[in-house]
Amino acid sequence: MKNRDPGRASSAPPRREGEERDWSVVVEDGRAKTNEPVSSAVAEPEATTLRHEPHEPPRQQLPTKLFEKRTKVHNKRIDGPFRRFKWFVMFVTLAIYYGTPWIRWDRGPYAPDQAVLVDLANRRFYMFGIEIWPHEFYYVAGLLIMAALGLFLVTSAVGRAWCGYACPQTVWTDLFQHVDRFVDGDRNARMRLDAAPMGPKKFAKRSFKYTIYLVISFWTGGAWIMYFADAPTLVRDFWAGEAAPAAYITVAILTLTTFTLGGFMREQVCIYMCPWPRIQTAMMDEKSLLVTYKDWRGEPRGSVKKAEKNPGKFGDCIDCLQCVAVCPTGIDIREGPQVGCITCGLCIDACDKVMADVGRPRGLIDYATLEDCEKEANGEPTRSPWRALLRPRTLAYFLIWGSIGFAMLFALGVRNHVGLSVSPDRNPPYILMSDGSVRNSYTLKLRNMESRPREMEIAIEGLPGALMWTDTIGRDDAARTQVKTVLADQVLSVRAYVVAPEGTSTQDFSFSVTSRDEQQETATTETRFDTPGGEE
Amino acid sequence: MANKRIDEPTGTETVGHEWDGIEELDTPMPRWWLWTLYLTIVWGVVYVILYPAWPLVDKATEGVLGWSSRGELAEEMSVVDQARATVREELARIPIERLPENSELFGQAVAGGRSAFQVHCSQCHGSGAAGSQTLGYPNLNDDDWLWGGDLKAIEYTLVNGIRAPGVEDTRTSLMPPFEGAFEPARLDGLVSHVLSLSGKGASNGTGVQLYQDNCSVCHGAAGEGNRELGAPRLNDAIWLYGSSREQVRDQILNPKMGRMPHWSERLDPVTIKMLSAYVWSLGGGEEFVEVAEDPTVEVDEEP
Repeated sequence: MKNRDPGRASSAPPRREGEERDWSVVVEDGRAKTNEPVSSAVAEPEATTLRHEPHEPPRQQLPTKLFEKRTKVHNKRIDGPFRRFKWFVMFVTLAIYYGTPWIRWDRGPYAPDQAVLVDLANRRFYMFGIEIWPHEFYYVAGLLIMAALGLFLVTSAVGRAWCGYACPQTVWTDLFQHVDRFVDGDRNARMRLDAAPMGPKKFAKRSFKYTIYLVISFWTGGAWIMYFADAPTLVRDFWAGEAAPAAYITVAILTLTTFTLGGFMREQVCIYMCPWPRIQTAMMDEKSLLVTYKDWRGEPRGSVKKAEKNPGKFGDCIDCLQCVAVCPTGIDIREGPQVGCITCGLCIDACDKVMADVGRPRGLIDYATLEDCEKEANGEPTRSPWRALLRPRTLAYFLIWGSIGFAMLFALGVRNHVGLSVSPDRNPPYILMSDGSVRNSYTLKLRNMESRPREMEIAIEGLPGALMWTDTIGRDDAARTQVKTVLADQVLSVRAYVVAPEGTSTQDFSFSVTSRDEQQETATTETRFDTPGGEE
Repeated sequence: MANKRIDEPTGTETVGHEWDGIEELDTPMPRWWLWTLYLTIVWGVVYVILYPAWPLVDKATEGVLGWSSRGELAEEMSVVDQARATVREELARIPIERLPENSELFGQAVAGGRSAFQVHCSQCHGSGAAGSQTLGYPNLNDDDWLWGGDLKAIEYTLVNGIRAPGVEDTRTSLMPPFEGAFEPARLDGLVSHVLSLSGKGASNGTGVQLYQDNCSVCHGAAGEGNRELGAPRLNDAIWLYGSSREQVRDQILNPKMGRMPHWSERLDPVTIKMLSAYVWSLGGGEEFVEVAEDPTVEVDEEP
C-alpha cells in the first residue's frame, strides 16, 4: 500500500487526462485552498477557523460504476518448497477433518467408543480421554480463547500464515483448483476453454468437473455430521434414509456452501467476506514476516534483453508476470502487501525459479519483515527470518497461550468425577411434624462423571440428631447416610427429607456424597436447615 | 449532490463526503454481491406473498400458506396432548394403590399433579402446599392427616370433598359448639388438659373429667383422634387452628370446621389421580394398609 505522502503531491502533481492543473490546490470563490487533508496538529493557528469550511475539489461527472467485474483467477501450476508445504498442510488438515470421526476410543460399555464426539442429544463432548459436561463449558471457552490467541501468535510471527495454508477456505479452494487443473488443464488451457463457446466437449468437461465438485462437497458435508453421532451407525442410517432430518439438512447446506465457496467464490471470500484480513492488518507490524516484493531490487522492471542493452538501468524484475500467474487469489504482489494476499508463498516459488533461470539471486519476492527489507535496501546486514519469530510480542502471546493450555490440562487432570448440588425447598422452608420435630426438604443432584454406574453414599454432616430419608427410601429407614446408585454418566435427582429433633435451631450444615469404590471421591455442599425457632 | 473526485493513491472514486479531511472511498462492490441484493429482494417478495406480512387495521395480510404462529402453537400443543394421551390411558387403567410400584408412571403422575395443584388447589393450600394456620387450611407436607394420608384416602377426599354440600359420600362430621356449656374455671381446666395431651403443661382433675365426658368419643381417650370422623389428633405437635390457650378455648366454644369442595365434577378421574399422587409425594404420604377399612372408590373408566 502506498502511503499518502504530503510532499509528493506538490513535488509531482498528478495529471488527469486532457487537463493540466495542480491538484493540491483548489481555487474556489477566488480563494486558494489546499486539497490536502489538514491535521489540526500541524495546521496554522488560523486554520482552525477554516477547517470546517468545505474545500471541495471541482465537480466532475464520473461514470457510475455499480459493481466491480470479477476477473476469474486461473492460477498456474508451480512447484517449490512453499507449494510442497502447502500440499503437506492440505493433506494433514483434510485427513484430520475427514478421518477423525472414524477413530475409535474404548470407554467401556456405557459410553460411546468414538474418539471425538459432540453428543448434543445427551449433552456430552468426548475428545479422546476427555469428557466434557455442559457445566464445564469453560473448557470450550478456554479452547476458543486459545484458538484466538493462537491466531494472534501466528499472525504476529509469520503474518497471514493461517490464511495461506490452514484456513478451510484456502484448503478447499486449493483442492478445487487442483480439480480444475486435472479436468481442464493448466492456466492457458483453462483460459482458452473459458473463452470457447459451449459445445459438446466443453459441456462434457464442465459436467465432469462439477460432478467432482459435488462429490467433494457432499463428502465434506457428510464428514461434518459424523462428529455429532456414532459415525458407522450414522452412515448406515443416512443411506437407509433413517437418519434425523437435521442430518440431511446439515449435509445439504454444507454441500451447497462447499460447492459455492470452494468451487466458485474462492478468493472473493477472502477479499470481500472474511473479517480476518482486516483484523490482521492491525496485528502485524514491521517486524512480522510477510510475503513481500523487494521493489528496491526489482525496479525498474525490464526484460533480460533490455537489461543486456542497457546494463545498470534495470532492476532484477524481468516483468515475466509468473508471480501473478501462480497466485491463487490473482493479485500482483509487486503492488505491495494487500488484503488479497494470503501469503501462501507460491509467488516466491515462481519467482525463485525464474531468477534461477536468468541467473540472478533468489528472493526477489520473499518472506521478510518490512524492517529487514528496509535494512537490506540500505545495504545494512539483515537478520535471518527465523529470528523474526523470537521477539517480546510473540513470546508474550506464546506464554499466555501456553499457560491457558497448561491451566486447562491441570484442571482437567484434577477435576472431581462426582458432583453434588443441593437446592433446599423454600416453599415452605420447614415443616413441623406431628412429633414436634422439624423437616426440611431438599432436591439433591448426584453427578456421576465416570462411564460406569457407581454407588454413592449421601451423608449429613453437622446438624446433630438429624435423620434423612428420600423419595424412594421410606421414613422407616431414615438414617444419617443413605446409599443410591447413580447410572453411568448420569445425574440422579434425589428428593431428600431431613428431619431434626424438636428444639433444633436454624443452622448451616452440609451434604456430602462419596463414591463407594476405590476412588472414594467426595463432594460436599453446604446448605441451610430452617426451623421455626430461628437462629441461636 | 456529492462532490466526487478520484482518490489519488487508490484510484477509487470518493462518495463526496468530507469531514476534517477524512473522506470515504466509494469502492465498488463485486458483481455477485449485487446479485445477493437482488436475491434478497426476490426473497422478500416471495415471503410477503407466502406469509403474513403487511399490517392492516386489525390484523395483517394472511399470506397464501395460511401460516400463523398461533396455529403452529396449537399444532404443537396437540402433538404434546397426543403424547400425553398414552400416559393418561395408563393412569386410568392402574389402580391408585399400585401406582407407586411403577416409578416412571408415578413420576409422570406427580409432575401432572403438580401443575394441576397450582391451578386448582394452591388458592387455599398455597403453592408449596403448606396451607395456612390463620385461615385453617391444612399443611399437606406434614405427616398429620385429618382423614387419612394413603393414596386411596387422599383420592377419596378429592373426589367427594369435605363437608361438601349436596354430595352424598362427602367426608363429614360435626363438632358441637360448647358455647355456654362450661363455667369459665372448668373450661380453663379442659383447655389445660387438651394442651397437656401433647405435653404442653400439666393436666388437672376437672379437665380430665370434662374431656372424658365430652370429647373422648371422637378425639380418643388419649387425644389420638379419629380419621373416620375427621377428628384431629390432639396429642401431637400440629395445631390446625393454633395452640395458644385462647385459640384452643375458641375452638371448643365455637369450633371452626374445614370445608373442601368435591372435585369429581370439575376434574376428570385421571387428573384427580395425579393430584392424589402429588399430594402423597410431598413427604407425608402414608403406605396403603390393607386391613384399614377404606371407603371404596369408583373405578375409573375413561380418562
